[in-house]
Amino acid sequence: MTTYLKFLSRCFRLSFVGDARYYAWMFALTVCVLLGINAYCKQLVYGLATTGMTDQVSWGFYIANFTFLVGMAAAAVMLVIPVYVYRNRELHDLVIFGELFAVAAIIMAMLFVTVDLGRPDRFHHLPLRFNFPSSMLTWDVLVLNGYLLLNLHICGYLVYCAYRRREPSKIFYIPFVFIAIVWAISIHTVTAFLYSGLGGRPFWNSAVIAPRFLASAFAAGPAFLILTLSVLRSFTTYEVSTKAFMTLRNIVTIALTINMFLLGSEAFTEFYTDSAHVASAKYLFVGLHGRSALVPWIWSAIALNTIALFLLYMPWSRRLPVLQVVSFMLIVGIWIEKGMGLIVPAFIPTPLGEIVEYLPTLNELLVTLGIWAFGLLIYTILVRVTVPVLAGQLTYDKRFAETKAELEAGLAVGAR
Amino acid sequence: MNDVRIFDGPSAPRTNTAGDPSRRSFLRTGAAALGGMAALAAALSPLRELAADDVPNLDDFLQKHYKEMTAAEMEVALERIRAKVEERYGVRPHVRDLKPMDGVEFGYALNLSRCIGCRKCVHACVAENNQSRSPEIQYIRVIEMPRGTMDVEKGSHHYDRPEVPEAQHFYMPVQCHQCANPPCVKVCPVEATWQEKDGITVIDYDWCIGCRYCEAACPYWARRFNFAKPSLPREQLNPNMSYLSNRPREKGVMEKCHFCLHRTREGRMPACAEICPTGARKFGNLLDPHSEVSEILKTKRVFVLKEEVGTLPRFFYYFDERYPNQLDPDAVAIAERLREEEGDAYGALPGVNGPSAAALALASPQRCHGARA
Ligand code: SF4
Ligand code: SF4
Repeated sequence: MTTYLKFLSRCFRLSFVGDARYYAWMFALTVCVLLGINAYCKQLVYGLATTGMTDQVSWGFYIANFTFLVGMAAAAVMLVIPVYVYRNRELHDLVIFGELFAVAAIIMAMLFVTVDLGRPDRFHHLPLRFNFPSSMLTWDVLVLNGYLLLNLHICGYLVYCAYRRREPSKIFYIPFVFIAIVWAISIHTVTAFLYSGLGGRPFWNSAVIAPRFLASAFAAGPAFLILTLSVLRSFTTYEVSTKAFMTLRNIVTIALTINMFLLGSEAFTEFYTDSAHVASAKYLFVGLHGRSALVPWIWSAIALNTIALFLLYMPWSRRLPVLQVVSFMLIVGIWIEKGMGLIVPAFIPTPLGEIVEYLPTLNELLVTLGIWAFGLLIYTILVRVTVPVLAGQLTYDKRFAETKAELEAGLAVGAR
Repeated sequence: MNDVRIFDGPSAPRTNTAGDPSRRSFLRTGAAALGGMAALAAALSPLRELAADDVPNLDDFLQKHYKEMTAAEMEVALERIRAKVEERYGVRPHVRDLKPMDGVEFGYALNLSRCIGCRKCVHACVAENNQSRSPEIQYIRVIEMPRGTMDVEKGSHHYDRPEVPEAQHFYMPVQCHQCANPPCVKVCPVEATWQEKDGITVIDYDWCIGCRYCEAACPYWARRFNFAKPSLPREQLNPNMSYLSNRPREKGVMEKCHFCLHRTREGRMPACAEICPTGARKFGNLLDPHSEVSEILKTKRVFVLKEEVGTLPRFFYYFDERYPNQLDPDAVAIAERLREEEGDAYGALPGVNGPSAAALALASPQRCHGARA
């Protein structure tokens, strides 16, 4: 136990050490977090009137980001599956980075739900009258928290073993890895059911929502990992093999193809049927009764995704810089599609046929920025700590030799 | 796992990497920490504007869910509401907790051939139920529909002409339909909203966490959220209140039509039915075979909105078969008289003074547009 606390304390201290670029990055993130806190305080004082949301469009940017992040978190499994099921050793260490991101993404997702609440001071009402299994939101609370714990356990255990230079004992993590795989699919499915279960919102009331969620997540998640690994490769001594990048590229290509296919089928069903249900889709893609705030968003998303998909099928994207650009494009594309493209149009027109448009306010954007910065801050620290451990630069043995006092403490633990 | 020895954790910089923890680095760390603290304090500074009675106190925090309160606890809660209202509005209100009556299930029937679109029900509801006036919250929306369609998307919500009713249209007021199978209740994560024995779906305003899931779930757009702190001039407060209906609400909670349960559970009519100048609105007990609503359900061709979503509303509409293509001439005559008597006020769009200036400064233009529209 003592060793474990020492491990945590060393990790904590390590997160304050880095070169100038590291400090600059962390400083920038901290500033953004503070801006977010400031904006959220304003929201607490004046209420959600500080956002662009109305009774007509009652969920907006926060819930959109929440949805996207749940997807990103779920995507960590995409890497776990090849490693453990197909024994692809190339990706082994990289799984940890995926799962660390899952941890950060879940924390961000939960923060987004929290800032969306009108009465965060009543959060304790949730466990007191937990409307389970009726409300999908309670399911979501359960699966998200469970997923967070699972991932914390898996990466915590693996990294700690590396620190102790021990071979991880399979019984302590392999079962959890398999649970996490199933669980990851569940977090996304439950989140999709949150929307698709509402009969009064035809735009969401479609069976393809859950599969589409999964497909887009499995594209955006690994794409984000490509970016992380690129940063690691250029800024640290950590070895990232080209083969790992190529495996990720394959995953992204397949997932994005499926996503585009599902989007196409959905658009076909809506527009060919051309029933009264198509109003929201029309509003999204071409505008309705002269109102078209979302049209530029969705078309830029489609453009980004199409170009990304085209590039992925071309041999050029084997080159790392191209791959990075492609990854970035498709993350942004899917972020728009899952967020502004999926959440907001379901509210326009309202069930009574009124059209009120929605755009986030500056204050809302600042809160969002703050949460993203906080998530990245967490992720940076986690990665910052993990890299030297995995690379064998920070291990228990090295520490062991360093100081006499430490030596004794270590012996005491070893004897236990 | 439990023998956590916290004090073994990060302590003095004793084990720092090579080199002594020099005085300078100590100072630098201290300065950074101080700077961080100052920045955090600055970030938190807007909280100073939080009104004192906006901050929940311990009693609010510990108050139980409506269904879990004993009679004595309810009395304490009611007393707290009285004190709060008195402090805020200078009026000692009459607040009760009215229970549903036995053998009663409320229902509404609305004669679309008699509704003249004058919006009197909208205003009467706001006055009765202590809704916020700025931004104004209304439970009833009257839609001006072209004849020959039931597609609400073809209707107009913001008709603003003094000559209502307009011959080519009919007028359809929509409010909470008190569904027998309410999706809003199903989705609430904290059971802050539920259906009572007499069919009214209510909200415990002290339990709602403001997630707005119910608002997304309602197929009739019946729910309203307090995006800003409700503002209600003292002299407009209705002091006759009940816990589950029209007591003043707080910022950040949901509200909606509750069939005026503080009136109807005492045998009176809801405010909207009472004010309607043409008698288009009929309210009563569905379980009583001789009530007016029961008669209407038996003898008229009634229908519900969006039957396909399976919510089983208790709010029915019907047209008078005698007048297939026009309003009831009797109702038109009433409209003409009212127009003469009331002038510009007749059929007016609901008034909105807009959200408070401070909130407005942070809000987006379309929000104000939405509120005003
Ligand atoms: S009309 Fe809407 S708010 Fe009223 S009971 Fe039905 S679903 Fe709930
Ligand atoms: S807004 Fe309130 S009443 Fe509606 S679902 Fe959320 S907690 Fe329940």
